[in-house]
Amino acid sequence: MTALDWMALPFLAASAFFFLAGTVGLLRFPDLFTRLHALAKADNLGLGLAVVGLAIRSGSAAVAVKLVLTWLLALVASSTSCHLIARGARREGVEPVRGRR
Amino acid sequence: MTAVLGAFALFCAANVVAALWRVLRGPTAADRLLAPQLFGTTGIAVLLLLAEALGAPSLRDVAVVLALLALVTAAAFALRVAGSSARGEPEP
Repeated sequence: MTALDWMALPFLAASAFFFLAGTVGLLRFPDLFTRLHALAKADNLGLGLAVVGLAIRSGSAAVAVKLVLTWLLALVASSTSCHLIARGARREGVEPVRGRR
Repeated sequence: MTAVLGAFALFCAANVVAALWRVLRGPTAADRLLAPQLFGTTGIAVLLLLAEALGAPSLRDVAVVLALLALVTAAAFALRVAGSSARGEPEP
């Protein structure tokens, strides 16, 4: 393990935490819209922190830029698809859960 | 470090397997779509981790394709579910 590896490790661990949080939210949250919200955390922070960790470790500017561009594309794709899914569900008559359950 | 990266990749893959429970449970079609959406993101992370661990840079290109395909999936789903707007009918 080099110094760069040790620097990357906290980012990778944090990314694993956010992926876990996204999965738990997907399984536990009460309705579609809160589940979409949990999914977005895995998209933004889980993938983002993994990209930061890998970019630190890669030691090459070209690879780091490519990783960040991949993340940006995933961000645009995930926010667009979240919006499409939520709007489609609303038109189908899926109602958000209100109050306590 | 290869083993550590592999372990992280395995953990992400295990998350996707756990999320498949949502596909079984539903209840709406959109809920079932969420697990493939999570697979899109997590799959990117797994591929990027494996590209580093195995020294296979071409896997990064596969990750980009996966990012695009996840969007295509959601767009196709939205066209099917909310088909009325796609056919030019007025919004409700």
